[in-house]
Amino acid sequence: MGLHIVVPIKQVPDIEKVKFDVEIGRIDRSSAPGETNPFDLNALEAAVQIKEKLGGTVTAISMGPLQAQSTLRDALSRGADRAILLSDVRFSGADTLATSYTLACAIRKLGRFDLIICGEKTVDGDTGQVGPELAEHLDIPHVAYVSEIRKVSEEKIVVVSDMGDAYYLVEVRLPALITVTKDINTPRLPTLRDKLKARKAKIEVWTADNLADVADVSRFGLSGSPTTVYEITFPAEKGKNVKILRGEDAVNELLEILEERGFL
Amino acid sequence: MRKYSGVMVFAEQREGETHPITFELLGKGREIADKLGAELSGVLLGYQVKDKARELIYYGADKVFLFDHPSLKEFDVVLYKRILVDLIKEEKPEIFLVGATRLGRSLAPRIAAALNTGLTADCIDLQIDENGDLVQIRPAFTGNIIAHIKTKTKPVMATVRYRVLPPGRRDVSRRGKVIVKEVEISGDTGIKVIRKERAKRVRIAEADVIVACGRGLRKREDLKMIEELASLLGGVVGASRPLVDEGWISRDHQVGFSGNVVKPRLYIACGISGSPQHIAGMRNSEVIIAINIDPSAPIFKIADYGVVGDLYEIVPRLIGELKKRRGVRDGRKNSEET
Repeated sequence: MGLHIVVPIKQVPDIEKVKFDVEIGRIDRSSAPGETNPFDLNALEAAVQIKEKLGGTVTAISMGPLQAQSTLRDALSRGADRAILLSDVRFSGADTLATSYTLACAIRKLGRFDLIICGEKTVDGDTGQVGPELAEHLDIPHVAYVSEIRKVSEEKIVVVSDMGDAYYLVEVRLPALITVTKDINTPRLPTLRDKLKARKAKIEVWTADNLADVADVSRFGLSGSPTTVYEITFPAEKGKNVKILRGEDAVNELLEILEERGFL
Repeated sequence: MRKYSGVMVFAEQREGETHPITFELLGKGREIADKLGAELSGVLLGYQVKDKARELIYYGADKVFLFDHPSLKEFDVVLYKRILVDLIKEEKPEIFLVGATRLGRSLAPRIAAALNTGLTADCIDLQIDENGDLVQIRPAFTGNIIAHIKTKTKPVMATVRYRVLPPGRRDVSRRGKVIVKEVEISGDTGIKVIRKERAKRVRIAEADVIVACGRGLRKREDLKMIEELASLLGGVVGASRPLVDEGWISRDHQVGFSGNVVKPRLYIACGISGSPQHIAGMRNSEVIIAINIDPSAPIFKIADYGVVGDLYEIVPRLIGELKKRRGVRDGRKNSEET
């Protein structure tokens, strides 16, 4: 009874705190503590709500260094039943194609799954590609930008998809994948008891060897990634030339600017 | 085996209307194709959209592949993917471009995964380098960095952000071929679009003028003032996330990383401090005016003009002055008419 739901989650640097080295063009990931990608918390909450209604299980899965175990503990404290970390140096350097392929192999390895719920994107990569790519690797239908789940049964799910210009009501046969927006729910805060329980829970760590029987290992990590970031630059800070207006004349100056720029 | 060559653009349409991103893609696509000495093609899927195919040629395509069938009326991502993957395998374009709209960002990754090729999301520019490689330029880390990306597989695929590149030039004297393709529908995809629930009240991503407000607004009723300023400037109201979360205004108005990414000609931020998430959603606006009481607010770092002051003084005075001017103008118009 119930649905077996998988929620892929990612540990990301806290975007408010992370430092960027403008000189050499790199991101200093050690400058900020890792946190769960905020969009993934909505995905997890959606999964837990379905489990509360229909029964079943919620499995959180992540790929990353061993530090990402803390993100999976966070997922367990918020209602996931099982947590799997894909961690291996052979997985590193993966772009979205290699990441989605690796996740697909791990989900196949899990056996039965009915629904995969992803956040719409991550705050670091910001591509929103892993969800739909994962659906393709698994050869299942998907609906992106789901802002509401209307009906769930063991055969199908009816959702509202926010396509930017309008909302569409879409029915999808299970197994399927959906990506959810922040509108779908407000993620719950874990209780202290849940946190303590999660601290002791076991996180399964899988390496490339664990997936070797269902995967082509050359498609993992850097070797499986067709795209390369070869340069990083920083957006020009417009504000170096900000013109500050103060006092009584500010409104008149503003009107002049609007007039000059053709807005009046 | 045939070599990969040429640039192919996915022409997005909704309810028979071509999305304007298509013309922007064709403009860039034409530039790239000319640099590579290759062909530019468009591919259009829909129902009763034949007359739209010719438009793609006017905007720069050398040829257009047309798939016209009742089952392509609504966007079924799996069906669209199947057709496009087959076409790409047949035609072997070197570069395949899709708009980074929500539809494009749902569709393109499936195609890329099916073809086992690289895809770069949400590009703000594309360039051909001295080796003839496509350089894909995109923001990441909530807009904090700009990454330059190359792809080693073919086709090179990218989605491109709306309203960043200029549209191609429309020239009705252009000639090109429309190739009508057979649509084979085989089996159920598992997806059924039941209906369009509702259109959005405001399409903020397409607005030319946005007057936005944030936490500096003290109560819900004060939104009227922001609405009035927006309407005097011919614009729409935007909001930062806290106001949406409070339930003061619908999500359709939200500007920011988790709401709408906007690029109006004019953005006036009233009482918005400028969190990284908000800035990621509006930093590309042409002219940014920030009104904030706190001179150290981060919004001033990306603004063109900053007014350090209380929005409750500045905004009503602006409204008053604009009304006065309008009154003068309307008065003049009336006297001309009589």
